[in-house]
This record gives sequence, C-alpha cells and structure tokens, in this order.
Amino acid sequence: MFKYAAPKNFYDLAGRLTPWGAALTAALLLAGLYLGLFVAPPDYQQGESVRIMFVHVPSAWMSMFVYVLMAGAGAVALIWNIKLAEVLVRACAPIGASFTLLALVTGSLWGKPMWGAWWVWDARLTSELILLFLYIGIMALQASIDDPRRAARAAAILVLVGVVNIPVIHFSVEWWNTLHQPASVSRIGRPAIHPSILAPLLVMTAAFKVYFLTVVLMRMRTELLEREKHTAWVEEEVGRT
Amino acid sequence: MSWAEFFAMGGYALYVWGAYAFAAAVLALNVIVPLRRGKAVRAALREFHRLQGRAR
Repeated sequence: MFKYAAPKNFYDLAGRLTPWGAALTAALLLAGLYLGLFVAPPDYQQGESVRIMFVHVPSAWMSMFVYVLMAGAGAVALIWNIKLAEVLVRACAPIGASFTLLALVTGSLWGKPMWGAWWVWDARLTSELILLFLYIGIMALQASIDDPRRAARAAAILVLVGVVNIPVIHFSVEWWNTLHQPASVSRIGRPAIHPSILAPLLVMTAAFKVYFLTVVLMRMRTELLEREKHTAWVEEEVGRT
Repeated sequence: MSWAEFFAMGGYALYVWGAYAFAAAVLALNVIVPLRRGKAVRAALREFHRLQGRAR
C-alpha cells in the first residue's frame, strides 16, 4: 500500500488504472443516460424538465466531494509534507471548479423554466457561487507562486479555510428559507423519490465519480512528471516515446 | 412516443438539451485539456533532458 506513495510507483499504477476508469465511465454514462432520458417518467409538476436533475445533482454533489477530498489532501500535505498529497490538491482544483460551474449552469437552466429566473440570490445558489470563487482563488494562488513547495503550502491553507463553506452549502436549504428545493435523497433507506428517478440519479453519480477519479489521475501523472523532472525515472519515462 | 416528441422534451428542449450539452462539453474538456497538457509537458521534459545530457 505505502509503496504507491512513491511518485514513480504511483505514476505507473495511475497509468494502468486510467484505461479501466475511462471504460467504466463510458459504460456508466451510457446506462445513466438511457435510464435518465428514456426510462424515467416525467415529473407530475415539472414535466420533462426534471431530467436536468440527472446532470445537475451529480455535478453539485461532486463539486462538494472534490472540495472535501482536496481539503483532506491539503491537510495531509501540510502536516506530513507528502508530495503526492500536494499533487492531488493541484489536480483537484480545476476539475472541482468545472463541476461547480456545471452545477451552476445546469441549475440556471432548470431555474429559468421552473422559477422564472436564471439566477436568484438564494442561500444555496450563493454559497455554491462562493465555492466556484474558492476554487478559482486556489488555482490563482497556485499559479502565482513559482516554488512548488511554497505554492502547495499556501494553497493548502486557503483550501482548509474555505472548507467552512461546505456545511453552509449542504445545510443552506434547511438554515434559510430558500427557493431551492430541499434534499431528496438524504434520508437513507427511505428516500423521497421513486426508484425510476433514483436509479438514473445514482448511476449518473457513479459515472461522475469514476470520471473524476480517471481525470484526476491523468492530471496527477503530468504534475508528477513536472515535479520530479530531475529524477532518472522521469528522464527514462519521457525518453521512451 | 415519437423521436420528435422526445427531442421536444415537453416544451423544455432548450433547457434540457442545453444542460446536457453543457455537461458533455465540460466532461470532454476535462479529458482534452489534461491530454494536451500531458503531451506538451512530456515534450518539454524530453527537451530538458536532451539539453542536460549535452551539458554533462
């Protein structure tokens, strides 16, 4: 297990995992699209527009999942100075930012026909927008410091400060009176939605998760090559092609 | 249900297909960008090691 903390071993392992991740992502996406677009019935209030949920909810969940993972990696990087954790933080930020943007845009496309507005300054929407700014701030901070170690430490601190926003996003629909509908799937075992709607939602969520793992490994491999460029294994690795 | 009805999405075609199209673009970009960056970094590092080898 710990041998994969060594950059070279991790690089090789990630290279072997990504093709499998890509294949599994494709299979899950196809299944999720089929269930979501053809099998799931239209909602009795929202009609066909409810299908936006199958991309909106998984991307919103992922926007928070990636942040929490990044915060965990940031803490590990700060406490134990593990290079792999620093690389993970760096790889997570742009992917997390794009999931956040996707959640906001699909939410807007769902809000317009249902609420009559592309955007409202509602607690859930505002805290998700703050999450996007956090991701962008972290990326800007990383890009502004040349020394990779110092950049990683500064970014990790900002990541950890920003983690307070995650419970705010999660509980915003309970703490404040919002236009955004409350969670539908949080009651484990007795969800408030029908299996024909829940199935595509869960399959799409799995697809997004495996997709994330695949693309984060791709980014981590490139990042590792750069961080380890003076080593013999990188020279051998880039010289091979 | 006909295909025309399917694409009409009960009148929500713009919103539903807009959301799915944006999702597809975001997912595709997150594969294309790291692939291109990976290629560029490998080329730059190859050059770096070639110059280092010459200096040795």
